[in-house]
Amino acid sequence: MSEKKFSKKHEWVSLDGDIATVGITKHATEMLGDIVFVEVPEAGKSIQKDGQAAVVESTKAASDVYSPISGEVTEGNKAIADDPGSVNGDPEGASWFFKLKIKNKGELESLMSKDEYDKFCKENPN
Amino acid sequence: MGVQKTALYDLHKSLGAKFVPFAGYEMPIQYKEGIVKEHISTRTHAGFFDVSHMGQFFLEGDETLVEALEKIIPSDLKSLKVNHSKYSFLLNDSGGIIDDLIVTKTNKGFCIILNAACKENDIKHISKFLGKNHKYFLNNDLSLIALQGPKSVEILEKLIPGVSELKFMSGNNFSYESESLYITRSGYTGEDGFEISISNKKVENLIDFLMKNGVKPIGLGARDTLRLEAGLCLYGHDLNEKINPVEANLKWAIAKKRKEVGGFNGWSKIKDLLTNGSEKIRVGIKPEGKVIARENTKIFSSNGGEEIGFVTSGTFGPSVNRPVAMGYIKSEFSKIGTTIHLEVRGKKYEGKVSELPFYKKSYVK
Repeated sequence: MSEKKFSKKHEWVSLDGDIATVGITKHATEMLGDIVFVEVPEAGKSIQKDGQAAVVESTKAASDVYSPISGEVTEGNKAIADDPGSVNGDPEGASWFFKLKIKNKGELESLMSKDEYDKFCKENPN
Repeated sequence: MGVQKTALYDLHKSLGAKFVPFAGYEMPIQYKEGIVKEHISTRTHAGFFDVSHMGQFFLEGDETLVEALEKIIPSDLKSLKVNHSKYSFLLNDSGGIIDDLIVTKTNKGFCIILNAACKENDIKHISKFLGKNHKYFLNNDLSLIALQGPKSVEILEKLIPGVSELKFMSGNNFSYESESLYITRSGYTGEDGFEISISNKKVENLIDFLMKNGVKPIGLGARDTLRLEAGLCLYGHDLNEKINPVEANLKWAIAKKRKEVGGFNGWSKIKDLLTNGSEKIRVGIKPEGKVIARENTKIFSSNGGEEIGFVTSGTFGPSVNRPVAMGYIKSEFSKIGTTIHLEVRGKKYEGKVSELPFYKKSYVK
């Protein structure tokens, strides 16, 4: 797996060959609070970079999850749809949202490294 | 007018509160532990809520005050005994709800607790009905603390002996640190508890005591999930000026005598609805699975797909461990157990009309 890359919309992506795994960041879960509903995309769905891909809801509000990269969904994480609260526990590990078969690795270049993302969060606390 | 703060603002900040603007105030929506833990600790132990943004409105006067207030409040205020409280509303000419409120009879008149967002407008409305010999004032020197949860009584009794003798929806004066404070046994969570009216100067001492006894601070987020599980309305969402008490399924809050005799704003409309029923009515809704039907979610009939209503409050209920909602639905679909469809993000999900409350209460009567 490649090093994680991060989007300004608080998604992370890591790459294993041409399969990308996407989730939301720890920072995102802290902002959202207790997560009580998750909807992940079905396998076969085609998603554009920055397109709406999943839904996450906390006790407070519903938010869209965007894909930081284009591709075709190979798997949505059913485990988090069944147990939404688990996303608060391990958002950047076991609680990934979906996997995509990607076409263009180059799209990752516009994303941030971990250090850049941490700095971005500090500068944009909300 | 700038953003207002309650006397406990700095304390909330020191407790790690996240603030949101609410009705012109900076109010804590949650603290460090988050909404679900705050909710559960209120249900299993006790929590305190700073509700000082709500209006503590005092009225003084003779029996003509009672007559004046009965024109806009459909309670039997004439028979209300000193230190007893009723849930009621301020009504407009067409029976619409200007605000929902708790009115308590005091020695000199009445105290009415008003919603923060409504209080200025309420006072304008109420004052139109008052006479020259009636005094009224909003007391901003007082804080209001709700202490809610099964351990509330045991904890508060240690500090203020006698509170355990209060019955639900009644109150009294108590003394605390050589000051008088007013406590009612009431709340907005479906739990046993108290609302404590205390001077801004002393309120931190009270909170200090409560926290030393394991009472957690609870924000507006959990206040909302708690009240929704308890089936209680939130003004501006479940109630507004275009909705009357019959549609809101709150006709129980209109006094029996007043239902018969009337004499209050909107009486002819309400009388008609009491006899013939209303076209729409507030119901509880249980969405299927985990899907959350939030405010403004459209409701459709399960056969034919006719649009039959909309959700006014919806969230995940931590104690019932499922999504819960309330909304208005055409009366012919309001039978408990009726299958309905909820449109969430363009997709229709099944749901059922449900009894309220979702969570059974444990008030001390």
